[in-house]
Amino acid sequence: MLETEIKVTPELAAEHGLTAEEYARLLAILDREPNFTELGIFSVMWSEHCSYKSSKVHLKRLPTRGPQVLQGPGENAGVVDIGDGLCAVFKIESHNHPSYVEPFQGAATGVGGILRDIFTMGARPIAVLDALRFGPIAPHDSANPAEIARARRVLDGVVSGIAFYGNCFGVATVGGEVAFEPGYANNPLVNVLALGVAKKDELFFARARGAGNPVIYAGAKTGRDGIHGASLLASAEFTAESQKKRPNVQVGDPFMEKLLLEACLEAMRTGVVVAIQDMGAAGLTCSTCEMASRGGTGIEIELGKVPQRETRMTPYEIMLSESQERMLLVAERGREGEVFAVFRKWGLDAVEIGRVTADGRLRVLDHGNIVAEIPAHPLAEEGPVYQRPLRPGAARKDERLFEFSAEATDHTQSFLRLLASLAIASKRWIFEQYDHMVRTNTLVGPGAGDAAVVRIKGTRRGLALSVDGNGRWCGLSPRLGAMHAVAEAARNVACSGAQPWAATNCLNFGNPEKPEVMWQFSEAVDGIADACRALEVPITGGNVSFYNETLGRSIDPTPILGVLGVLEDAAHALGMAFQAEGDAIVLLDGSGGDTPPDGGINPRLQEIAREFSSSEYAKTIGGIVAGALPAIDLAAEKRLIECLVALARQGLLRSAHDVSDGGLAVMLAESCFASGGLSAQVRLKGIEPAEAALFGERGARAVVSVSPGALARVEAVARQYGVATREVGIVTRGEFRIEYNGRIVVSAAVEALRDAWANALERTLQGK
Amino acid sequence: MKFGVVVFPGSNCDHDAYYAIGTVLAQPVEFIWHQSEQVDGFDAVILPGGFAYGDYLRTGAIARFSPVMRAVERFARRGGLVLGICNGFQILLEAGLLPGAMLRNAGLRFICRQLHIRVETTATPFTSAARPGQVLKMPIAHSEGNYFCDAQMLRELERNDQIVFRYTTPDGREEPRANPNGSLANIAGIANRERNVLGLMPHPERASEAALGSADGAVIFRSMVEALSRRGSLAADPVRVPA
Repeated sequence: MLETEIKVTPELAAEHGLTAEEYARLLAILDREPNFTELGIFSVMWSEHCSYKSSKVHLKRLPTRGPQVLQGPGENAGVVDIGDGLCAVFKIESHNHPSYVEPFQGAATGVGGILRDIFTMGARPIAVLDALRFGPIAPHDSANPAEIARARRVLDGVVSGIAFYGNCFGVATVGGEVAFEPGYANNPLVNVLALGVAKKDELFFARARGAGNPVIYAGAKTGRDGIHGASLLASAEFTAESQKKRPNVQVGDPFMEKLLLEACLEAMRTGVVVAIQDMGAAGLTCSTCEMASRGGTGIEIELGKVPQRETRMTPYEIMLSESQERMLLVAERGREGEVFAVFRKWGLDAVEIGRVTADGRLRVLDHGNIVAEIPAHPLAEEGPVYQRPLRPGAARKDERLFEFSAEATDHTQSFLRLLASLAIASKRWIFEQYDHMVRTNTLVGPGAGDAAVVRIKGTRRGLALSVDGNGRWCGLSPRLGAMHAVAEAARNVACSGAQPWAATNCLNFGNPEKPEVMWQFSEAVDGIADACRALEVPITGGNVSFYNETLGRSIDPTPILGVLGVLEDAAHALGMAFQAEGDAIVLLDGSGGDTPPDGGINPRLQEIAREFSSSEYAKTIGGIVAGALPAIDLAAEKRLIECLVALARQGLLRSAHDVSDGGLAVMLAESCFASGGLSAQVRLKGIEPAEAALFGERGARAVVSVSPGALARVEAVARQYGVATREVGIVTRGEFRIEYNGRIVVSAAVEALRDAWANALERTLQGK
Repeated sequence: MKFGVVVFPGSNCDHDAYYAIGTVLAQPVEFIWHQSEQVDGFDAVILPGGFAYGDYLRTGAIARFSPVMRAVERFARRGGLVLGICNGFQILLEAGLLPGAMLRNAGLRFICRQLHIRVETTATPFTSAARPGQVLKMPIAHSEGNYFCDAQMLRELERNDQIVFRYTTPDGREEPRANPNGSLANIAGIANRERNVLGLMPHPERASEAALGSADGAVIFRSMVEALSRRGSLAADPVRVPA
């Protein structure tokens, strides 16, 4: 049967994922019944993935403004002013579902998609970071060997896919984070952040203007891959049948994308490009109706002119294809030849497939016959919006909390186990597969600092980036967990010496139709909003990924925050590595370091145990994930951040590392490992149990190293910012030693510790 | 004196080489488009890293047929300096301007890492400013850098002093653990018999400024500048090299 003969019924609409109310809304917009192609177009544009119908009402609560924000959410990427007439263009996006169905291509096209979002705006991508989540890959972490094998396969495919795409394209993959938790075994997360830099007055937007201007299709040919990627893959839960969705995953060609990048940037320099948007989710459909809607115009296209790599594609297939590496441009009528010449030079297809109109409609012709005609603005912007019901998750009862060891315990063995746990261990096996140096801008690369730092050639400036999130914490408290994610990303950026400047977020959650999931989402948004407001980092864009659940089991809520920072002088960029023997190790504490007096009985012991039960140590050593998150003090975080930035700017620090996963002991060890040979001797005092002092994860703290001569100035600056300083030790060689209240609690050769930490991931992957 | 950096579709270290020559060393440099049929007026040509033509089929296999490579071959025969970095080295092998071939890394994975190479000979225009046996810190970033040739060719390379760089430990010892990719005899870079064509897998353009972690790679570019200054402009005074 021909497509034109297919009768659209409410049942067929339901099969396309449209509810009865949504279908009624569609009929009202069209004022008639849609044909099959039109039904397909509505179904992708109104999918959760493209329309944000469940999240919109909540996202409005995020702070998105500030003097630095040139473009907030709503464009291809966020844009902030970074001085010197330049702007940073950045955004994070998820590609979770495709990466489970087909890990290599899913992750590869995830990178490809976000890179296009950046260069669509006229910015050359200079850095990528990834936040990844997988199921357990160590045999003892799961009773199910098939699950372990699958998680390893997904890990390998995802890392290879990111490497394949980013390395060939020529963007430095400079950082990221990864976690392995049971909740992600059947629903991995692949979130990719990309950053580009452009001149402020050379930005491009996706706003089709000027009736009569030609609409140009450029790049790869259209095939049948990825049809309904946005609607069927990204906007529904997984079932046992999901492997059948493999044909819905797109296939990436980074070489094509590299050519497209160079051609687009060169075409933009001709001065005749009026508007441009990439064809990502929902392909030609989304790019045409969004460009028309934003420009207040209409667009008419002829499908017969669309370059195709398969024969006999139907209008439905062409409009819904998510083939990669394609762009849609609007050029100035009369000078479009200049655009064609650039694409020809780079060996790419560029074809005029239509024109901008004044009638506000998306009109699609197939060899002269109208196959779809829809008002562009209602299609793009007036989709359904839901205020879905919220219900707090059931409170946990009768939790077993972590029990602290006896006072005299030596914690060296536990410390070794903690360093070798995959949450803490070196991620070298992953990041060495990524080219993290191409374009010679990387000043602080993966593993070298809390944030990655890239320089901007031709200026003194540098940009710092960190992505952070803790699903385990957000599972215990979505609001507090989200606040911690913001605080940690901002703290990381400050530890690199950069002023936190703006943020982007990727919100990974379960099925929004479940009130408990929607409650988690709403809570997390409030947490992000509060923290971003307090730390003055507006959200400039991002992405929501719902339906992260398989067979009815949802992931832990996982908001990932990406914070961008600016260094006025990139020469002040800091890493985490200790620099010289004899340097003082100083703990900075934004909350004032209210250590209770020595010797007393600690009335807060129960509270400390509750807080400690959510730590990485409690999970790894005690097998406990319970209790409460460390309380957060945003004012203290702000003080610490300002203090770190000031100290870095004055060149007073040799290294900085914030206290996070694994606590103070892990931070000290990591600063030794990164130095390539140095060690540390540390003396701590307090009345909390030793484990809480060594491995507790309370925020607003950082470990810095300082040359002895600069110590007094560091203390003076910290006092100015209301930050407590405690000189806790000295950078040495050889034995790594921590004393607590005069007793040695950790002592080992730094090389032995380093070996446990450095090779754990590789050993796990080789282990049976 | 003028350097040229070839731009193939898919080159992605072209800007980096251009920056190292033009900004760090402050020498004249221009890009050369892959469809250029001549490279007249240049004294040294750099084939940069990247994925020329997507590295489809085999690394460098398509690039060697591009118009510019015919011009580079003529340029090399006339004695012009040709430096192939990473993908550029792979292209030189495919083009037959250097002997041997590249296999996939022994671990079958892409590796991006700082490591150390030892200068095996200073009798080339690419290493004349280095000390014999000097250890240079430089990064690699490739998945096909596992150099291979047959035993006879290896003997010939050794006899003719054509092995220019070997992977070593930081203190200059040639050990298996210092070899990142399984390269035969820890080979990181070789020259042709005439010594005017060099290919190496590590990236000197990524190691020409201390801020990037090492400035050791700049010695290669400095050597080239000195060699060209000594000989004068190639265009004015071509050095004939027997074929």
